[in-house]
Amino acid sequence: MATQPPTSEPTTPKFTARLHSPQLPRWVPWALVAGAVAVGLALHLMVGWGWALTIVACWLGYVVVLVAVSGRVEGRRKAKDRLATSLVTTAFVLALLPLGSLLWQVVSNGLPAINSSFLNSSMRNVVGEGGGIFHALWGTLIVTSLAALMSIPIGLATGIYLVEYGNGRMARWITFLVDVMTGIPSIVAGLFAYALFVIFFGEGVRMGFGGAVALSVLMIPLVVRSTEEMLKLVPNELREASYALGVPKWRTIVKVVLPTAIAGIITGITIAIARVIGETAPLLIICGATDSVNFNPFDGRMMTLPVYIYSQYKNPGFPPEFGIERAWGAALVLTVIVMALNLVARLISYYFSPKTKA
Amino acid sequence: MTSHAVEGTHRPPRSVGDRVFPALVTAAGAVILVTLAGVALFLTYEGLPALTAKAADIPGADSFAAYVWPLLYGTLLASVLALLFAVPVSIGVALFISHFAPRRLASSLGYLVDLLAAVPSIIYGLWGIFFLAPRLVPLYDWLAGHLSWIPFFAGPASVTGRTILTAGFVLGVMVLPIMTSICREIFLQTPRLHEEAALALGATRWEMIRMTVFPYGRSGIVSGAMLALGRALGETIAVATILSVSNVVSLNLISSTNPGTIAANIALKFPEASGIEVNILIATGLVLFIVTFLVNFLARAIVGRRAEFSGAN
Amino acid sequence: MAKSIDVSDLDIYYGDFLAVEGVTIPIAARSVTAFIGPSGCGKSTFLRSLNRMHEVIPGARVEGKILIDGADLYDPDVDPVEVRRQIGMVFQRPNPFPTMSIAENVLAGMRLNSRKLKKTEASEIVESSLRRANLWNEVKDRLTKPGSSLSGGQQQRLCIARAIAVQPQVLLMDEPCSALDPISTTAIEDLIHELREDYTIVIVTHNMQQAARVSETTAFFNLAGVGRPGHLIEYGPTTKIFTTPENPATEAYISGRFG
Repeated sequence: MATQPPTSEPTTPKFTARLHSPQLPRWVPWALVAGAVAVGLALHLMVGWGWALTIVACWLGYVVVLVAVSGRVEGRRKAKDRLATSLVTTAFVLALLPLGSLLWQVVSNGLPAINSSFLNSSMRNVVGEGGGIFHALWGTLIVTSLAALMSIPIGLATGIYLVEYGNGRMARWITFLVDVMTGIPSIVAGLFAYALFVIFFGEGVRMGFGGAVALSVLMIPLVVRSTEEMLKLVPNELREASYALGVPKWRTIVKVVLPTAIAGIITGITIAIARVIGETAPLLIICGATDSVNFNPFDGRMMTLPVYIYSQYKNPGFPPEFGIERAWGAALVLTVIVMALNLVARLISYYFSPKTKA
Repeated sequence: MTSHAVEGTHRPPRSVGDRVFPALVTAAGAVILVTLAGVALFLTYEGLPALTAKAADIPGADSFAAYVWPLLYGTLLASVLALLFAVPVSIGVALFISHFAPRRLASSLGYLVDLLAAVPSIIYGLWGIFFLAPRLVPLYDWLAGHLSWIPFFAGPASVTGRTILTAGFVLGVMVLPIMTSICREIFLQTPRLHEEAALALGATRWEMIRMTVFPYGRSGIVSGAMLALGRALGETIAVATILSVSNVVSLNLISSTNPGTIAANIALKFPEASGIEVNILIATGLVLFIVTFLVNFLARAIVGRRAEFSGAN
Repeated sequence: MAKSIDVSDLDIYYGDFLAVEGVTIPIAARSVTAFIGPSGCGKSTFLRSLNRMHEVIPGARVEGKILIDGADLYDPDVDPVEVRRQIGMVFQRPNPFPTMSIAENVLAGMRLNSRKLKKTEASEIVESSLRRANLWNEVKDRLTKPGSSLSGGQQQRLCIARAIAVQPQVLLMDEPCSALDPISTTAIEDLIHELREDYTIVIVTHNMQQAARVSETTAFFNLAGVGRPGHLIEYGPTTKIFTTPENPATEAYISGRFG
């Protein structure tokens, strides 16, 4: 080697050697996964281990082997990196498992209950089989609409106040209190509505409107926050452009700022509705539960979907299978409503946001 | 009230709209002030009689404090268990989305986690009681059989799986998305320059995360956990569905005699309550409100301090 | 239509901070006046005080006098909103309204002030304003497309069309070309040449060649140091400022020795 004439030869190999530190081939982790799956199947089918135990054991085996092999070949630092990657990925899978199993349970248990009589009848005079969610659907619709009717104007206007007019003490207080409101436990919102209405209507008051008030306490801060966030995204240049055309401030807000932010605001409002439509606790307190249809939010108990699920579970009637089945059926309907609202929200923000810069 | 806002020393004439509109939106803000004052005021007014109630009127205890203590204990225990599950997992999930997942998938994966937050809590309750609890029974049996020397697993194991550990686990799943989204946001804000500096020193991805992302996001993780705690403290119906309550103060996590939580206790008792009992329940609600308020306040304060801190940089 | 502006001894404050001090300058009608000077010298602030746009920043106020054709701009009875209808403004970065089409952008000044327009009247205004802004031929087939679909230079001309559609008497331009490429800049400068027939134009620019090309009068602003107020150093016919300035600071700036 030393007798060869080229001069650059001695330095080059040394440097390349550093660039090519030993590394596991890319197929190794996948091969280990395949191996773990194979061992797992064997343990489950032949030795008779339960699913959960098998999966946990194989996962542990996979991580240990991978880290050991990597430590051998690639060194400690790389092995640590691989361990972290496996753990982080595991965390993600772990988080999705409940979602998957929950959706599966809701669909598989709920689907058999769904038919037109389930959607079209109330629980009046039903003890065992039959009955449905008609009264609860209407109740949810009425209570949630009333809550939205109160929360959207107040939340929207407060958001506008905070972004466009708010500076000084009052704005700081409101920002702080909106934060506090975001953290109010939903059951406390229900108690608040009860404590408020009991003063006017006496002990044991139950009415749909009270539920709407309770939901508003939960919904207003959500609307304020999303309005605030969206208005802050509107570039100041647009406001200035409008002022420079001699447009008064309030018109600038109504005709330039709001239209620019409206898609995002509607998305936020839709998500807020999806959030409160599934609330059980406050409605259990102030709307109560009933078996009959009630269209009047100012008079007496009003059933809602979440409370329906809860009370079908608590008092399933006799025999109890039918009550439990109705609870799952209603859970499926509620889940579909909530997911649909979330989907609509995404679509709105996707299709209707102005494309600010070309 | 509104004229302090914009204009200078002059008070120029303003169009009707520019006087009415600010007044309207300010009034909306005032409604929020009034509402919150109302929450505090009405709850206190309706809850006050409980504090002076005769011992005979308080079910199962001889003073309000003795009544609320086991519930408060149960509330805190369930929430702490929830955090034990949720914190490590959500840090992992947030890291996965912010630094490990392929860029193009990241936002859709984040959306998937957000879906967890969209599921109504009553449905978590059904899932917990009908699906999860029975499947945890073998685990509890095993724990009671092999680890009963640890007070948490003293047993005897519940045969239904309706234990505070199950409730804590479901609560953990429920608060996971909040904490994940806060962590994810903070992790994504790690200055790119710091990250690249670490990588340029030859750090592996994990070393880079330990050198830059964690130090930068520490206060975010803490406040995210606090906000998750606030949510777990107030969660009602899932706990009311899952837990079999016997209002004891006990460390045992897997038995069928469990402490209740304030919120679940209200949900369980309120529909049939009357008279002074209603006031007692409202007073416990007030206690819950104060505890969650303190927790949330602390969380915001931590976030706020961080904002000031990073603003100075 | 065009009006002259007379500024005497104007101080501009943000809260307690004196941003611009003691400006006295006459601005002739139907002419182009350029403000030049280093960054932070207060030329943009001064420009914005000419249509009371600086007031959107809380705590901003002025002392001194600005007369528009003899009428006091800061008279307590003057509504700043009315002022801005007569003194238009074009900004540094093109800012068409993203929710509006090209035609709607041109009509924005009228529509936002809820002036009722007949259809024929509206399309006349759109066409004439876009023609004046030298944009008509490029956009006449896509008037309903969003304004943000245009290129940067086209967007800026759209903003000029939007500003002149309300028929202002004065047009203020705050570095209108600083975000544009050289070709778009030439188009805007040509436009300024044509617009001077009808409007009083005041333009702030960082580009001294541009000031020399487009303006008849040039004013040089400077500041003594960071945190000190900006001053008007001197003004005069552009040819004189660029060839034989009286103040040594002006000469130093123009010859590129600082700034």
